[in-house]
Amino acid sequence: MELLVDIQKKLPDFKLEVSFEAGLEVLGLLGASGSGKSMTLRCIAGIDTPDSGQIVLNGRTLFDSKRGINLPCRKRKLGFLFQNYALFPNMTVEDNIGFGIENRKREDKLAIIKGMVRMIKLEGLEKRYPSQLSGGQQQRVALARALAIKPEALLLDEPFSALDDYLRSHMIEQLTETLSDYQGVTLYVTHNMEEVYSLCNQLVVLSRGGIEAKGETKEVFKAPPSLVSARLTGCKNFSRAKYISAFEFMALDWGINIKTKREISRNIEWVGIRAHTLTLALDEENDNVFKCLLKLASEAPSRMTVYLTVEKDSGEQGNQQIQWEITKQMWLDLKNKPQPWKLRINPEDLIVIKT
Amino acid sequence: MEFDFIPIILSLKVAFASVIIVTCSCIPIASLMAKHEFVGKDIIESLITLPLVLPPSVIGFMLLVFFGKNGPLGRLLEQWFQIRVVFTLVGAVIAAAVVSFPLMYQAVKAAVESIDRNLEQAARTLGAREYRVFFTITLPLAWNGIIAGLVLAFARSLGEFGATLMIAGNIPGKTQTMPLAIYFDNDAGDLRQASILVILMTVFSFLVIYGVNRWRRGLRRDSRGEEI
Repeated sequence: MELLVDIQKKLPDFKLEVSFEAGLEVLGLLGASGSGKSMTLRCIAGIDTPDSGQIVLNGRTLFDSKRGINLPCRKRKLGFLFQNYALFPNMTVEDNIGFGIENRKREDKLAIIKGMVRMIKLEGLEKRYPSQLSGGQQQRVALARALAIKPEALLLDEPFSALDDYLRSHMIEQLTETLSDYQGVTLYVTHNMEEVYSLCNQLVVLSRGGIEAKGETKEVFKAPPSLVSARLTGCKNFSRAKYISAFEFMALDWGINIKTKREISRNIEWVGIRAHTLTLALDEENDNVFKCLLKLASEAPSRMTVYLTVEKDSGEQGNQQIQWEITKQMWLDLKNKPQPWKLRINPEDLIVIKT
Repeated sequence: MEFDFIPIILSLKVAFASVIIVTCSCIPIASLMAKHEFVGKDIIESLITLPLVLPPSVIGFMLLVFFGKNGPLGRLLEQWFQIRVVFTLVGAVIAAAVVSFPLMYQAVKAAVESIDRNLEQAARTLGAREYRVFFTITLPLAWNGIIAGLVLAFARSLGEFGATLMIAGNIPGKTQTMPLAIYFDNDAGDLRQASILVILMTVFSFLVIYGVNRWRRGLRRDSRGEEI
């Protein structure tokens, strides 16, 4: 089971140029809105046509500009889950699910529909119309409809963006379950890094039509190779960096020197640190410790985000803010402590970006 | 003097024939225009909509030029199908069809354009051919717009006067439809016949407009989900 994609397409703002392959593991396409990720999916499904390149699914060429192959949408056998579900409003749940099932005997078709309805746990609602279902139910019908044609690949276009938070986490759980039974290629497009992290083993990060990073999801999150991919995977704090020695550099925007355990490249350009990895420095710790002052604390339901400015070694205050995410308990302990606070950067958590 | 029913029957004949022609030609044309962009589309759309704003006499004149004895289409119809257009009911049908076409066209096009394109794409990814997409998705979802356009086109066909007069003439019992009958009855001083026809036309037109408006409001409410 594999999907090979290598396509180019000129878009109004930029040129889409992507090449990647997907196997049985769920592949996430992560990017900001307008990065070309949905267009990539639409090109694979045959809804839009690339200018050049090729798309091959399990040895079957879906598109090849050189050989002049461009299979129409209906012959590609791909399940596409639309962002707004695109359920047919004039058909019932069972007619929606049965729409793509090919001319078999009526009993066979009904049996498949019944199985699908059971899978998405909508027994009893077969005769309802999409407008009579909740958002989560509609999405399950759309998923069942896409899977009913036994597609060789499943393409999911931001399937959870229209759901509220509670439903979203619930649906992610269900989708993980459904996908674990599905024997085919799965592509998952989203701008949400948490969804990607929990659903996809493989990751491609897109920005302005180009690939910023690709690889195993956990690896990409741990060591994003570019500034954009670091941002898209949720890193909040960045500073320009200047090489000092093989194990030390200066973070220019924070005004502090940082020592590393691993050897760093002379080409180091940026350094990033995730907001939740900073820790309060213990008294005996001196390396990678910097003093900072509280600017602002903002409260989220489950945690606090603290905005700090660095007090440079020279004594002046940096103008770059640092975000720090901590638990509420920790905030209660911290807030009355005298400032400046001493924070420590764990060198293991550093994201080093080279030119 | 006895009330003359023939104009009513003629008018209904003309209107039905016109609506059938307009519906059959409008649905494919409007669907294609709603979905495709091409060079010169604006020009074609303007031409289609032109009868809505042109004076009926101009339309009548043009029809005479095209469908007259020596006109290109008129000669063709006469030679190949032995159909005469000028001073016949066929002429009245053509006049009615031309003036009601834009109404139907606009209604169908708006309805097709309002359909979520993803629905048709979804049908294609599920293996549907173009004709299946059209008949199971596009047409049923545009149905309300089509019906609204159909009713308006029927009413407009029923009321066509100027162009009809020029191409079909005013032959009582042959091409004299209701609007023509009203004009000439009034001219001849037969106010009873004229007023009955006037009342009939007014009541019918009112019911059409009222019905279409009510129905559209009902649909809007449905789509907001207040009434299912």
